[in-house]
Amino acid sequence: MIFQVAWRNVWRNRVRSLVVISAVALGLIAGVFMMAFSWGMNIERTREIIETRTSHIQIHESRYKDDRKMSLFIPEGMNLLNQISARPEIKASTGRILSNGMLSTTKGGFGVLISGVIPEKESVVTRLDQRLVAGEYFTESGANTILIGDKLAEKLGWKSESDSLGADGTKTPASYRLRKKIVLAFQGPDGETKYGSFKVAGVYKTINSKFDETNVFVRFEDLNRLAGTEGGMHEIALLLNDPPIAEDSTFLASFSAGRTDLLIENWKDIAPDLRLVDETFATTLYIFIGIILLALLFGIINTMLMAVMERTRELGMLMSIGMNKPKVFLMIMLETLFLSFVGGPVGLLSGFALVKLFGKVGIDLSYMAESASQMGISSIVYTDLQPQYYFQIALMVFFTAIIAAVYPAYKALQLKPVEAIRAL
Amino acid sequence: MKVIETINLDKTYEGVVPVHAVNSVSLSIEEGEFTAIVGPSGSGKTTLLNIIGGLDRPSSGEIRVNGTDISQLSNNQLIDFRLQNIGFVFQAYNLIPVLTAKENVEFVMLLQNRSKTERDARVKELLEAVGLGDRTHNRPNQMSGGQQQRVAVARALASKPRFVLADEPTANLDSASTSNLLDIMAELNKKENITFVFSTHDQRVIDRARRVITLEDGKVVSDITKS
Repeated sequence: MIFQVAWRNVWRNRVRSLVVISAVALGLIAGVFMMAFSWGMNIERTREIIETRTSHIQIHESRYKDDRKMSLFIPEGMNLLNQISARPEIKASTGRILSNGMLSTTKGGFGVLISGVIPEKESVVTRLDQRLVAGEYFTESGANTILIGDKLAEKLGWKSESDSLGADGTKTPASYRLRKKIVLAFQGPDGETKYGSFKVAGVYKTINSKFDETNVFVRFEDLNRLAGTEGGMHEIALLLNDPPIAEDSTFLASFSAGRTDLLIENWKDIAPDLRLVDETFATTLYIFIGIILLALLFGIINTMLMAVMERTRELGMLMSIGMNKPKVFLMIMLETLFLSFVGGPVGLLSGFALVKLFGKVGIDLSYMAESASQMGISSIVYTDLQPQYYFQIALMVFFTAIIAAVYPAYKALQLKPVEAIRAL
Repeated sequence: MKVIETINLDKTYEGVVPVHAVNSVSLSIEEGEFTAIVGPSGSGKTTLLNIIGGLDRPSSGEIRVNGTDISQLSNNQLIDFRLQNIGFVFQAYNLIPVLTAKENVEFVMLLQNRSKTERDARVKELLEAVGLGDRTHNRPNQMSGGQQQRVAVARALASKPRFVLADEPTANLDSASTSNLLDIMAELNKKENITFVFSTHDQRVIDRARRVITLEDGKVVSDITKS
């Protein structure tokens, strides 16, 4: 009957209890949703970075990362690439020549990273062909062709943004001036500066405008010929059928087969900021939810203290007729716990539903697309939160409720029946 | 048989001016008595009742209930002692507002861990005895003050106590309810030999009591048993 009394006591002051329950629920909805939003953003960002930049695994000559010297090729790169491509774990693979260089047009010069790519392999690994917003993907044979990013095209004045709206009400896409001439200057493996003239064949666009501004793509064979790299490559990029095995160090080591002249890295090694977010997400979640729960803790304690003080006489009567301290303690504890245990599941379930809903329809951030793009975030974010976090938040709510329950119950125990029964 | 016995009971509230609320009170109450403790406000009747009921402790002297010196019991032992031996009826705030009449009466027996069959039978018997057999599912706010006090009497008896202490039970009641409540208590006293001790300054209660103990300044100034 103590359970029954406690439950009914919760509803004595319906409005007050509902306010506390709503506060718990809303706090949790906000917490869960914010975390799911930030995780969704992180997933998008990670996916985008893996797809455009890092792939799952990259292989370089062991000194290349520190030096970035043109001469530091992967020894027997093409053979290694062919061997690795045949492995069953590999979904797609490609090799690249990389060179920092200067891009010049009549408008001026810009520092860029030139990637010499194998078109048919690159399109599978980074889907570069699908990112084209104008022009064609290395279809022209003969001439040196180059793909530049949308942001670079804009800086070069080759992009014209249309302000007019199309028949369906959407903005008509921007138009680009293609087939312009570009001169690339870069260092060859021998230390000499090399030049090459390229024709802009297409413009690509990723969600990261910084990337689009600083990366240009040319054919592997063109760069090889101009730089005199003799088939050497600086980077092998791999996509895996089962991405999580990229974090298995034995699996990574299997690529070098004991060779010390290779550096094998997974996407977390290549983009440590992603590793940081990935590995500190749980901590961030605990701190964030912890702060919300701390605020709720005081709200709950306050409400229950009021409830105890209001019922001083009644508690005095209960103790007088023989309700012992453990039972009084249990009753007040239960009342406090009920408040949290109604609000908690309501909050978690509503949060879950919201996360699922926006995980499907996405949250459109296009009004801030420009700044999102600079941060490398997609303009539509799909919320996502792994199930284990709901359980962990539920556990946190449970312990918060217990902590909140102790003090009011303790205060109730301090009442002396003979004084309580006469209290005003 | 003596149910309550006090020997030189003293209670002083310390303060700038110490208040001698109960002053050398020695009295005994036999089983089956229907006794009123009367006196003006501040005469010490509530303090005396609280000490007899184990809600307060004397400064000195002895208080025996059924031969047990309850001033020697620990606080926890006192709670259990009250539960098993004493029924309480207070002036107000007697019932648990969220429980029905039936549940209020049953509550004490649940604290005593009585079986469901026993509880159901006794609740029915008691509510009928106080004339509320048809009000079992009403909550306190759905009953009049008189009806609530009758539920409180039923609740006080539910634990099968040695005696019932009633602190100004009629203070908030109109004449009809007072008379009705007194009839019920007198009936229970007569038929079931239940001992009732009241503190009151309500003349209607004093008139019905068979023994009237008068306190003044914490001292017994008269103790009259009506013939």
